[in-house]
This record gives sequence, C-alpha cells and structure tokens, in this order.
Amino acid sequence: MLVLLGILVVVVGFALRLNPMLVVTVAGLVTGFLGGMNLVEVLDAFGTGFAGSRSVSIFLLVLPVIGLVEHFGLQQQARRLVSRLARLSAGGILAGYLLVRQVTAAIGLMSIGGHAQTVRPLVAPMTEAAAVRKYGALPDHVQQRLRAFAASTDNVGAFFGEDIFVAVGAVLLITSFVDTTYGYTLAPLDVALWAIPTAVVALIIHGTRSLLVDRSLKREMGRIGTVAEVAR
Amino acid sequence: MIQVEWFYWLMGLFFVGVGVLVARDRSNPKRLTSGLFWVLVGLCFPYSSFVVTKTAPAWLLGIAIVVIAVLAGTGRLAKSGSATTRTAPGDAEGADLDRDDARPPSGSTGPGRVAGGAEHQTAPGGTIVAEREARAERFGNKLFVPVLAIPVITALCAIAGPYVVIGGTPLLQKGSETVIGLSAAGIIAIVIAMVLFKLRSPALALTQGRRLTEDLGWALVLPQLLSVLGLVFATAGVGNAIGTTVSAVLPKGSLLPAVILYCVGMAVFTVIMGNAFAAFPVLTAAIGYPVLVAAMGGNPAAVFAIGMLSGYCGTLCTPMAANFNIVPVALLELKSNYAVIKAQLPTAVPLLVANIVIMYVVAF
Repeated sequence: MLVLLGILVVVVGFALRLNPMLVVTVAGLVTGFLGGMNLVEVLDAFGTGFAGSRSVSIFLLVLPVIGLVEHFGLQQQARRLVSRLARLSAGGILAGYLLVRQVTAAIGLMSIGGHAQTVRPLVAPMTEAAAVRKYGALPDHVQQRLRAFAASTDNVGAFFGEDIFVAVGAVLLITSFVDTTYGYTLAPLDVALWAIPTAVVALIIHGTRSLLVDRSLKREMGRIGTVAEVAR
Repeated sequence: MIQVEWFYWLMGLFFVGVGVLVARDRSNPKRLTSGLFWVLVGLCFPYSSFVVTKTAPAWLLGIAIVVIAVLAGTGRLAKSGSATTRTAPGDAEGADLDRDDARPPSGSTGPGRVAGGAEHQTAPGGTIVAEREARAERFGNKLFVPVLAIPVITALCAIAGPYVVIGGTPLLQKGSETVIGLSAAGIIAIVIAMVLFKLRSPALALTQGRRLTEDLGWALVLPQLLSVLGLVFATAGVGNAIGTTVSAVLPKGSLLPAVILYCVGMAVFTVIMGNAFAAFPVLTAAIGYPVLVAAMGGNPAAVFAIGMLSGYCGTLCTPMAANFNIVPVALLELKSNYAVIKAQLPTAVPLLVANIVIMYVVAF
C-alpha cells in the first residue's frame, strides 16, 4: 500500500507545477524504494524502461523533413487551403475544421494544425467573421465563447484522430508498455484500428455541437436584439 | 534484413550532433549543460541496444537518465538563439507557443548555422512569415507531397512489410515494421523534398531538424520517462496495490463495473496528472490487464486502445494539460482560464460514456 505514495508525489508535483521531468523521476525513485527495490534495482528498472521504450521517440526522425517543408511555407499553404471554407456559417466552419483536423491527424499530419498554427490565425477569426457577417458586432461573451469553441474543435479533432495513425506516440506507448511489461507482441495497427469507433462518436458529438453553435448564436443574438429594442 | 536498431543509432547520432552544435553555439545562454543534455540523450540510444540484449548493465543507463532529468528539471537546458527569451525555464507552454510562425529563419543563414538572436530581433515575425508566404505561393500544393509521403510509406511498410521476404528472411525486422516504416519515411521524405525544392544537400533539413528538436526540448524525452515510471510502478507493485483495493470493492466476475472503473479511472487519473500517458501504465497494471484482459478475456488491443481514449476524455477537462487547455486561452485572449475546458466538457462526458459502452460491446 505504501507504494501508492509514488502517485501522491506525481499529484503533488504536478499541482505545484514543478518540472514534469523532475516530478516523474522523483516519483519513480520514491516508488521503487517504497516497493522494496534497492538503488541498483531501481536504476536497472530506469535503464530497462528507457531501452524498451525507444520506439516512442522514433518520430524524431520525421522532424527534419517537417522543419524543411515548414521553411518552404507548409503552414501558409495549409491556411490558404482552409480559407476556402470562408463562405460557411460559424457552426459550419467549426464543424468543417473539426472534420479536417481529425482526418489529417488520422493520417499522421498532426503538425498541420494546432492552437498556434491554425486556431488563432485562422479558425477563430473565420468563425467570428462569419458570425459578424450575419448578426453585426458581437457582444463580448459571445465572442469569447466562439473563440473557446474554436480551440475545443482543435483539441477534440487532434486527440480522437491521432490515435488512428499507427505511428503516433500514444499507440507506440501502448504497444511498447504492454509488450515490455506483459510480454505481448501487439501490432500497432490493431491498436490503431480499435480507436476508430471512439473517433466516429467524437466526430458525431462534437460535430453536432459545432453545428448547434449557429442555433444558439441565433437565439442569443435574437434575445439581445429584443432587449435592445425594448430599451429603445 | 533491416533492423530497427539502425534507426535508434541514427537518432543517437543526430542527438549527439545537436549536442555538439549546441555546446559550441554562443547564442545559447547555457550551452555547456544544454549540450551535455543532448549528447547524453544521444548516447543513451545506442547504449540501449546493449541493454536490450543484456550485454551491458542497465543501471548505468539508469544513472544517465537521472542526470538527464535533473539537467532538464533544474532549468539547465536552454534553447539556442532567441527562442530562449520567449520560453520560461522548461515549461511545455513555452515550447508550444514557440511553434508559431515567428521563429528565427534558421535555414536562411546558410547550412549548418542557426540564426543568432540579433537577427531575429531585427526581423520579428513579419519578414519570416512574408518569406514563407512567398515560398508557399511558389510551391503551392507541392508542399504537401513530402508530408503526405510519410503516412503513405509508413502504412505501406506496416501493412505490406511482413510479406516482403528475401532469401528466407523478412526484409524488415519482424514486429518492428511500423517503426522502421516511419523512420524510413522520414528519410525518404527528405530526398523527395530535396528534389521538389531543388536542394543540393540535406543540410537545411538537418538545421531545421535541430531547430524543432531544440523547440521541443525535454518534452521530447518525457514520453519515454513516463514509460520508465510505468515500468517502475509495475515492478514496485503499484498496480497490484490499486488492484487489491479495487478487487475489494469490485464484485467478483462482473464485467460492466470493471469496464466502468477502468475507463472512469483513466479519465480521473488523467485529470489529476494532466497526461493520459502517465495514467495508462498505472490503471492498466491495476485493472486493465489483470481484471479485464487476464481474468475476463478481453481483446487486449481493444481494451488498451479504448482505455487510452478514455484518458483523453480526461485531458479535455483538466487545466493540468496546459498546452491544450491553457495555451489557447492565452493565444485567443480569453478572460477565463477555464473557457476552453468549459467548451469541451459537454463533449468529454458523453464521449466517456460512449467509450464505456464501446469497450463493453466490442472487447468481450
């Protein structure tokens, strides 16, 4: 039971916003010692764990070409492509981006989107612009809600798309952990395929909510409109 | 036949190269300790080959990992050039923010050199974006070709790889086809890009690779460290400790409560730790493997994949997952720190329920 203190170290460390590398290392040492392992055994476990999980980091070999293509304007080109969605309603843009984000993440193109790369420069402004075109100036809280929703489409699309791609960190973490700990040889492709049902449900739930943004926008702006008229 | 170890050695070589360049780069305020960090990380990869075959002691690697973690955890790892001024010591938020376009144009100063801070300050964001905009105009959708080649080559190796047999031995090491595929894709894509952009040498790719590596910093090593923690947790019996607590509460042999406990446990642990990768080994050792797979005979791939996705539902709800839920608050100038989480909650909760149903239906 004492070994559960290791979890407490993680919780407290993260809550205090200490550096995760330090928190994880200390938690590992503490847990090892409380679990009755001696120093050499703990260090052995550290070494074996690292050696057995190297496949998690293999995506490093893709960074040079990604950096190269970014240098030649990948993100700018992605933006130009997505900006063709401009004629849609606010909800349509959000749902469209969700779909694009999820599909591209599913084929391994995680770095195409992101809060810095696409949401701030593209999705949030386009969503707001679509709402403004229809209703005129937006009150502050409506604008804030639209922006936050834009960020949420990126997260949901990325999280529930990327696990379908075989070579993503999450899938490799599952296989490398399960293989080293339980002696399985799970195929990454198998794990990735089982992510599809959840991905579809995520698309349906968040896509529907995206489309419903139009309706709530209409209701909200209608209410504000009537209030304004009464006040007049 | 092609061994996965070759690519780990290549990675090690790349990290050592980054380390040497960083150590000699005067624009890095902590060049010696930063260089040491990358060189050590680099040496760990080839050394691990001997640990795997049990021809070298693992504890030595363990010491190196503790040193790496301490270097990063005490803020001794810095980025070269101006990137450092925009990043608080070792936090993921900074690393993520740095991924926008206002990056120093490392490649444009010539192969093998990373742009110094001075240049970046005189040319903030705008020029770089304009340059890239112009290149995007010129190359158009060709830009997607090298990037799209990566998933295509990876999938090809993963699916067709096992069937390519030369002289009785498979071409790609058995069981590592995907990893080899991704590695090979990364290298082949560079060649494709060189042809498309009419580059004579891969130097620019390496410079850009170094930039992204330094951008990511210790976040590049963290997933492996979390795997280490998972193994230590498993060896020390954390999973068993939770497992015994769980089995005391859990009615014996009832499937649905166990599925609910695994999925909800993954979500709750992810909320606490801010990372589904950290929650996965703990909950899998406690419930996922012993109860759902070993005792109830669940399909391991389905149980573990859906378990991980249940953890992602937790990621949608926690401020601990800073780069997903807090960074956009800053980027989009939102007033409430919880604005993004509030937008995600109504998706996360039904999705968690859906995960429980899906696992219950398909995995058993």
